[in-house]
Amino acid sequence: MTGALPLAAAQPVIPDFGRGSTCVRENGAFCWDWVSDHWGDTLRPALVQHLQLTAIAIVLGFAIAFVLALAAHRRGRLTTPVVLVTGLLYTIPSLALFQLLVPFTGLSRTTAEVALVSYTLLILFRNTLAGLAGVPEEVRDAARGMGLTQRQLLWSVELPLALPAIVAGLRIATVTVISLATVAVFVVNEGLGAPIYAGLQQTFKTELIAAGALCVALALIADGLLVLLQRVLTPWTRVARSR
Amino acid sequence: MNSENTAQTEGPPAYPRAASLELRNVRKQYPGASRPAIEDLTLTVPAGEVCVLVGPSGCGKTTAMRLVNRMIDLTSGEILLDGASVMERKPPELRREIGYVIQQIGLFPHLTIADNVATVPRLLGWEKDRVTARVQELLALVQLPPELADRYPAQLSGGQRQRVGVARALAADPPLLLMDEPFGAIDPIARARLQDELLQLQQRVKKTIVFVTHDIDEAIKLGDRIAILREGGVLAQYAPPDELLAAPADDFVAQFVGVDRGLKRLALSRLVDVELLPLNGDHAAGSVDVQTSLRDAASLMLADGNRPLTVVDSDGKPLGQVTLELISAALDRHPPTPDPSAT
Repeated sequence: MTGALPLAAAQPVIPDFGRGSTCVRENGAFCWDWVSDHWGDTLRPALVQHLQLTAIAIVLGFAIAFVLALAAHRRGRLTTPVVLVTGLLYTIPSLALFQLLVPFTGLSRTTAEVALVSYTLLILFRNTLAGLAGVPEEVRDAARGMGLTQRQLLWSVELPLALPAIVAGLRIATVTVISLATVAVFVVNEGLGAPIYAGLQQTFKTELIAAGALCVALALIADGLLVLLQRVLTPWTRVARSR
Repeated sequence: MNSENTAQTEGPPAYPRAASLELRNVRKQYPGASRPAIEDLTLTVPAGEVCVLVGPSGCGKTTAMRLVNRMIDLTSGEILLDGASVMERKPPELRREIGYVIQQIGLFPHLTIADNVATVPRLLGWEKDRVTARVQELLALVQLPPELADRYPAQLSGGQRQRVGVARALAADPPLLLMDEPFGAIDPIARARLQDELLQLQQRVKKTIVFVTHDIDEAIKLGDRIAILREGGVLAQYAPPDELLAAPADDFVAQFVGVDRGLKRLALSRLVDVELLPLNGDHAAGSVDVQTSLRDAASLMLADGNRPLTVVDSDGKPLGQVTLELISAALDRHPPTPDPSAT
């Protein structure tokens, strides 16, 4: 253990209670005026950082998992080792993984991102691969028989047909990372984990509740946007069958 | 795109574009298999003819077909398309010149019917307007209403999808069409209609077609020539349907074409093909249209106590008489008119 772990998160030693409205002074269960007072200096920056942490993790994680899935799709024997390694990463408790990484990457955003990315890999790899494997064999046969090259088959037939499975993976990974990114506060004082951690350290709970609610809202909105994206990208999955 | 043996130019597609196909001592052995799937197959299909490969399962008929567009590569031998070896072509380029229809159709579920049909023209880099016009033309050719163009495959019936499959295979006007049991998964009534449509279509497009089926009746109906294969891809007999039915080469062929081969052969000719007996004034017998098949005419007479029938034309004008003896004699001496739409 480095011993430095809680320091990053514990900087606001004296909680900032703002102007001190009646609600805040009487330590009310939830004070809207605290939220509006501290939206600009605490909650909004934390939300933006949280979005950045999540977006970077998902983009990097998807890029790595996608390349691995394409390789495994072409060479089936790659599947088992990739699943083993990403599965192992997935099972390491997040706090332990942060600790393991600190000696290498320090108390930095990099440490947080490495950990978050490693949690997306298994889901994104398996879903992408399953989507590609789910393309009906006769569709592949017809495509080759009409003269599509391997690359054309992949990009214009297999990947479009794998989209629903890929987006399903992205949804799980995104929601997971949004939730998990709060724990990143143990290595870097960024994201919604910071106000949550601060809220845990004090009896006044509005900061904790507000940041937690923002985290849930962010997850729901991101999930909803991905659902919308899939609907736009895969119109053929919604047609009425006429048989 | 290599197109030295294609007469295709801009403008309306030239339909009568067909290639001859020649298989020379073709052998295919899968790695690890104890016996070859195809031992030594030699077969020539003249340009514009329908060659049906037929035989029991495991006879190598599908393998033989897939060797032609190099979905499978042969072990030894040669396959010549208009005299040029297919082994010297890049598979994707070769396949764009060969129409391909499979039983499961394999339409792209994520593309509209129009985009499915446009697949090969787009691979060949046709201009947008030409592709659009061609798609409309093809949907009309396979008798699909134009409003289906914007639907997805899941919204079509099985028969409609199979028509789209044929349209897609014909899109770039290939000189050769490979069809692997295309109507195998379709109910008998729709299948008969699709077979009729294919024959009508072939009258117009005059392609060289290699058609694989396990159904001898389908083979007789569609084939200009039928190749009967036995296990190991051995060619048991290669002949026009009439010859196959009249003179099976051996017991295997005789058994495969069925004990009713005489009746099947009668079905290939119509009353218009035989020289009728003069009318003898006796109009008591029933009458029959001159376009009736010999098989149906014989059946009518058998059901009616072997009495002669008066043959009439479409206006009901008597043309002559037909007897069972006449029909039986016709089997001996009369080669049927090559009219594949007669069944």
